[in-house]
Amino acid sequence: MALERLFRRNRPTRKEDDNSPAGLWLKCDACNAQIYRKDLVANLHVCPECSHHYRMPVDARIAMLADEGTFVQWSGGIQADDPLEFVDTQSYAERMEKNRQKHGRPDAIVTGGALMGGHSVGLVVMDFFFLGGSMGSVVGEEIALAAERSAQEGRALVAITASGGARMQEGALSLMQMAKTTVALERLAARRLPYISVLTDPTTGGVTASFATLGDVIFAEPKALVSFAGPRVIQQTIRQDLPEGFQRSEFLLQKGMIDDVVHRRELKTRVADVLRALMAGLQEPTTEAVRAAAV
Amino acid sequence: MPLPFERPIEDLEAKIRDMQAYSAEQEIDLTDEVTALQTRLDRLKKDTFENLTRWQRVQVARAPGRPTGLDYLTHAFEGFQELHGDRTLGDDPAMVTGLAELGGRQVVVVAQQKGRDTKENITRNFGMSHPSGYRKAMRMFDLADKFRLPVVCLIDTPGAYPGLAAEEQGQAWVIAESIRRMSRLQVPAISVVIGEGGSGGALAIGVANRVLILENSIYSVISPESCAAILWRDAGEAERAAEALRLTARDLIELDVVDRIIDEPLGGAHNGRDEAMANVKRVLIEELEALVGLSSAELIERRYDRFRALGRFSLAA
Repeated sequence: MALERLFRRNRPTRKEDDNSPAGLWLKCDACNAQIYRKDLVANLHVCPECSHHYRMPVDARIAMLADEGTFVQWSGGIQADDPLEFVDTQSYAERMEKNRQKHGRPDAIVTGGALMGGHSVGLVVMDFFFLGGSMGSVVGEEIALAAERSAQEGRALVAITASGGARMQEGALSLMQMAKTTVALERLAARRLPYISVLTDPTTGGVTASFATLGDVIFAEPKALVSFAGPRVIQQTIRQDLPEGFQRSEFLLQKGMIDDVVHRRELKTRVADVLRALMAGLQEPTTEAVRAAAV
Repeated sequence: MPLPFERPIEDLEAKIRDMQAYSAEQEIDLTDEVTALQTRLDRLKKDTFENLTRWQRVQVARAPGRPTGLDYLTHAFEGFQELHGDRTLGDDPAMVTGLAELGGRQVVVVAQQKGRDTKENITRNFGMSHPSGYRKAMRMFDLADKFRLPVVCLIDTPGAYPGLAAEEQGQAWVIAESIRRMSRLQVPAISVVIGEGGSGGALAIGVANRVLILENSIYSVISPESCAAILWRDAGEAERAAEALRLTARDLIELDVVDRIIDEPLGGAHNGRDEAMANVKRVLIEELEALVGLSSAELIERRYDRFRALGRFSLAA
């Protein structure tokens, strides 16, 4: 026992939203290459050797997408209740308090306004490290608020999804967030404002079956798991092995479910290009404007 | 086959039958005894069914003999005409759709269909739809809008099917689209949870102006079995999960997830099918009546407000 403890103390500690041991080097999960930790971070949390896309901390994601100094946070004003007084191995209230402390935000999402390649956008970024990015009342509300505010301010909406799905601990209320986020997107559609969703590893369950797959254009990062039912559930149902690459981005592209698989390095440019193209038709001067200008 | 907690009721009923048979056979007057037992039976039924645990309600919601979608379509509705196919890939027997009249009013119907016996359950895939089922439902929503017919959806599914082909064909995509399609309906829409409201697969046809639920139906983000398997790593803890999930009609009305509870006869809909179906019919006619005068814009806005308001949270500390 004592020996074990001694060893454990020497083991590097590891933060959940940290892809690397506290040491300077880490071994890539995908290609086993030794990577210098600073290189990984500098390379947008993508392995410099094999391009394996690691799950990305929210702050780094925002820094990578928003034009420098333009991000203004909208989310953070609300926090979860415990409407079911849900207790599993610990109470939901405790679980949330721990997560809030650890991650320094009220729930599994950050939203805000920003410029992206010069385009005015609302930005929604899910935090998988916060309770699996699960969607309860707060996550749903923040998305709905971001969609409505973007519509009101004439911004496009860009959502970066990462979630295990609806949050069990809020029961049917979590399920209803699928409808809530979906109806809120209608405000953007009514104003012909683009909504781009970017599926990152992993995006599953109720998030996939609602706002995540309703983008006017849907991109996914390489090899991201994107599914309705998780691979284990499917395996239990059909009792056979799943084909190689099943439910990964490349597979979904082949099946016609997404517009493209985009390397993280290209992501900002690709989203900005699509926004520009989609809005080009609407920004053309109207006949009235041309006539007015001629007068 | 009685549900486990129905056995004492079943035993008492058998006893009454025996006594009546004996009395007839022996020509002895046992009226008082029978009446006393009958009173006891009524009390037992009442005690049992008014105090069902959440897990017991899950069992009632799934009970064999509980009226299914097609039972309602052929008994609570009139002139049901089934329309098949998603026009893309196939026809999903777990989702039954078409045209029917309700108290003389023409409506479009979309119903999830479990089997009424083992053979039918296999055909109907236990009420678990593939993407083609949701595409068929969306076709019906298009018809409803085009011909200005109200929509009635009957929810009864363990969930959308979690299979290989279903995933390949974009199960998540069609559920999301169906949610959006329903939110855009220009006509009145009512959904009734007649049995099991299993997660996104149920919500896909549940974005209505009014969401009603039968007294012993359930509606949940996840089945108690799956929830238990994830949280306690033991599907055997389903009873505990059912309690934790607050998935009964009474729970859901407190959370504003449903708008109205439809009574079931004492002993549950599976023991009083005609009465249960009559109750659903009466309430549907009444609810529809209240919606048909509204404009398309009002209907869409009210649906927006209804779902936009769902959730519980506080100002951040």
